Amino acid sequence: MSILKSKDNKIARFFINNAVPILFILFAVFAIPMADLSIEYLVAEMITRLARYSFLVLALLIPVIAGMGMNFGIVLGAMAGQVGLIFVMDWGVMGVPAFFLAIIISMPLAVFLGWMAGIALNHAKGREMVTSYILGFFINGVYQLLVLYSMGSIIPINNSKIVLPRGYGIRNAIDLVNLRKSVDRLIPLEINGIEIPVMTFILVAILCVFIVWFRKTKLGQDMRAVGQNMEVARNAGIPVERTRILAIVISTVLACIGQIIFLQNIGTMNTYNSHEQIGMFSIAALLVGGASVAKASIKNAFVGIILFHIMFVVAPRAGKTLMGEAQIGEYFRVFVSYAIIAIALALHAWRKNKEAEFARRSLRVDTEEAAGTSE
Amino acid sequence: MPDDILLKMKNITKDFYGNQVLTGVNMELKRGHILGLVGENGAGKSTLMNILFGSTVIKETGGFTGEIELDGKICNFESPFDALDAGVGMVHQEFMLIPGFQAAENIMLNRELTQRNFWVDVFGERLSSLKNEEMIKRAQKAIDTVGVDLDAKTLVSEMPVAHKQFTEIAREIDREATKLLILDEPTAVLTESEAEIMLSVVRRLADMGISVIFISHRLKEIMQICNELVVLRDGKLVKEVPTNETNPEKISEWMVGREIGGGPAREAPVKQTEEMETVLKVRNLWVDMPGERVINVDLDIKKGEIFGIGGLAGQGKLGIPNGIMGLYPAGGKVEFQGKKIKLNNPRFALDSGMAFVSEDRRDVGLLLEEPIDWNISFTVMQTQEKYLKKILGGLIKWRDDKAIAKLAQEYIDLLEIRCTSSKQLAKELSGGNQQKVCLAKAFAVRPDLLFVSEPTRGIDVGAKQLVLDTLHEYNEKYGITIIVCSSELEELRSISDRVAIVSEGRIAGILSPTAPLKEFGALMLEA
Repeated sequence: MSILKSKDNKIARFFINNAVPILFILFAVFAIPMADLSIEYLVAEMITRLARYSFLVLALLIPVIAGMGMNFGIVLGAMAGQVGLIFVMDWGVMGVPAFFLAIIISMPLAVFLGWMAGIALNHAKGREMVTSYILGFFINGVYQLLVLYSMGSIIPINNSKIVLPRGYGIRNAIDLVNLRKSVDRLIPLEINGIEIPVMTFILVAILCVFIVWFRKTKLGQDMRAVGQNMEVARNAGIPVERTRILAIVISTVLACIGQIIFLQNIGTMNTYNSHEQIGMFSIAALLVGGASVAKASIKNAFVGIILFHIMFVVAPRAGKTLMGEAQIGEYFRVFVSYAIIAIALALHAWRKNKEAEFARRSLRVDTEEAAGTSE
Repeated sequence: MPDDILLKMKNITKDFYGNQVLTGVNMELKRGHILGLVGENGAGKSTLMNILFGSTVIKETGGFTGEIELDGKICNFESPFDALDAGVGMVHQEFMLIPGFQAAENIMLNRELTQRNFWVDVFGERLSSLKNEEMIKRAQKAIDTVGVDLDAKTLVSEMPVAHKQFTEIAREIDREATKLLILDEPTAVLTESEAEIMLSVVRRLADMGISVIFISHRLKEIMQICNELVVLRDGKLVKEVPTNETNPEKISEWMVGREIGGGPAREAPVKQTEEMETVLKVRNLWVDMPGERVINVDLDIKKGEIFGIGGLAGQGKLGIPNGIMGLYPAGGKVEFQGKKIKLNNPRFALDSGMAFVSEDRRDVGLLLEEPIDWNISFTVMQTQEKYLKKILGGLIKWRDDKAIAKLAQEYIDLLEIRCTSSKQLAKELSGGNQQKVCLAKAFAVRPDLLFVSEPTRGIDVGAKQLVLDTLHEYNEKYGITIIVCSSELEELRSISDRVAIVSEGRIAGILSPTAPLKEFGALMLEA
């Protein structure tokens, strides 16, 4: 009897721990046949999207280790990356050097923004997520001021293709013709007609190795300690505030590189929009992969990107089949990403309670049953 | 060694904004000796230790006067880190451990063994790699030195309390500089057998040449392991004596500063309960209260009696009232006045005419940020809709502040609650007066049955007697049935008509309060 119970517990536990990914797998099973897409197309799409988003999603992991939750502040890094791209476009640098030059230009900016965000978040302990979210909107205003008014007037920008006709301010859409897919296609490889962006995957692999290695460094250990209990860490002499700032700086810099990878893959930059939804989509993907606000792994990132983007690709088609209108699916996929974040946050709290209950279940004795047998 | 004295504290004086908490304390501690530090709550023990450990609280509140000499050197610790460097370690009552870390990771926290790598030259020391294997080995060595059976790779979150404590001690031991260890009530959270191991660990440390300051309320433990003991009372050192020249009676006398009578002062006759009507019937009760788990309890409480529930800490006595009142998950059958009580539903229990004075005054018992009168009237307002003015036929309910103030004043006078007015905030009161407010809150409901949990925990001797007298009076005057849970057996024997002893989540036996002490002892240690 007790063995059966513990087995039940294990299965139930598995479902509780993986509720969100399971929900999405169910969705995929239901929607893929409906969408009537070829497997080749789906696989190609997934490979493109993994290359496009992995770096950004992985940038979220380090603040989670430091107990700061999902860092909506990665949009800050994304903005820094875009500033770098604007300069590179202006100077007319081509190909892979343009890619690296953009990173070099934007990195100091990303470090600075990350440092500022880190300080702000230190003043909002326990409310990091909402603070970083709002911070993103604030810095977006500063970014607009810089790009829309200062560039071309105070900051010299000469390329007329990217400056607005009025003489200052950057155009809404920039064709990244210089570096479109420059990294993706650096090492060309094609399997069954599906293009594999080898170099991008190598960069992602390097980042994964970095994250694994980083967790085993002194700084990584300090972040884990700070993430679990700030007071204990402080009492052990760990500089808590500085450690938290470093976590955000690293995350922001990674997001900056991630955004540049993302844009070189897409090939066009919407100067005033490209960064806006990056935070939300990356976080939604990570959560779909089974991560929680307190725990996220590399595996969660990859599983999440695949599941989330299966929904992205499939939903419009499924919507069309179901309702006769692709718009329905389009609308569906946007509201679903908000829903995921809301559900994941609520589920996180629910899961925490359930786990505590599981931990104590063995301690509860069924006295009625005991009474039944003894009487 | 030229001088055997490790620590000298000379003329330590400290006040908190004019409130004198330590006056001219002088004490000495020899190398390898264990010093027991005793005193009532508020006698100045923790302030003295905070001074010694360099706590920032002391500096923030204006520092102290006097001199601390450690190993022949005058010390002036700016922070606990200075104290640690000088070889003073402290194990606090609240554990300073990271739950998701292994014992080893906690022991080596921020003192990790590291290895330089390329990135250290670029970005600095914090990117050095950790040497996990070696850290585990070293931590295991520290644990072995402490002399307990614990794997360095165990997660703290999966350890029993005692092992957490040993992990903390191992961390202090691992600092090679540690010469002096301060243990703040290390046995308070341990079971009897764990406490025994703890004491032998402390003894072993002393034999290794580490001096220990051992703070405890359990005189038995102090007598057992300390070489000397220091008694603090009202911020003054009243006695410093070798343990073998004294006895617990003398110590308690020094602590309270007055002679205490031999046995419990039992004035009222014990009620004969056999013939009385059963008011509360409990069958197969289980309660999942962390640290106070109840496994299977049957009880019959008689109308109008005072029923005592005793037993060692952690055996489940506190779980019984908390479970019946619906504060922790519980199961089983409970009948009150012939009516079945729905468990896990505090409102139902209250509506049925039961009330509960929780052992957790600050978190469960009181609304600390609110004034006394609100505290007293809160439950009665919520459950019985008294002290409310109804407007528009009850559509809007308005607080009747006048009636509330009157009610509060009544209880303030009755229970001698010391306060500036009924508007004083609950958090500003002393422990004893807070407890009285809790009692008043329960009395205001006019319950038929009252659970009182640890009524005298953390309050001074004078207030203790008053609280007990109040309970007794209410029982006599209004015929309220009272169930008292307490760790202090003497207290239970002095007011109860029957005393049940709980052991390992079950009732070990029920005795008359006049039964010899050794019978109670036998029941407690039966398991």
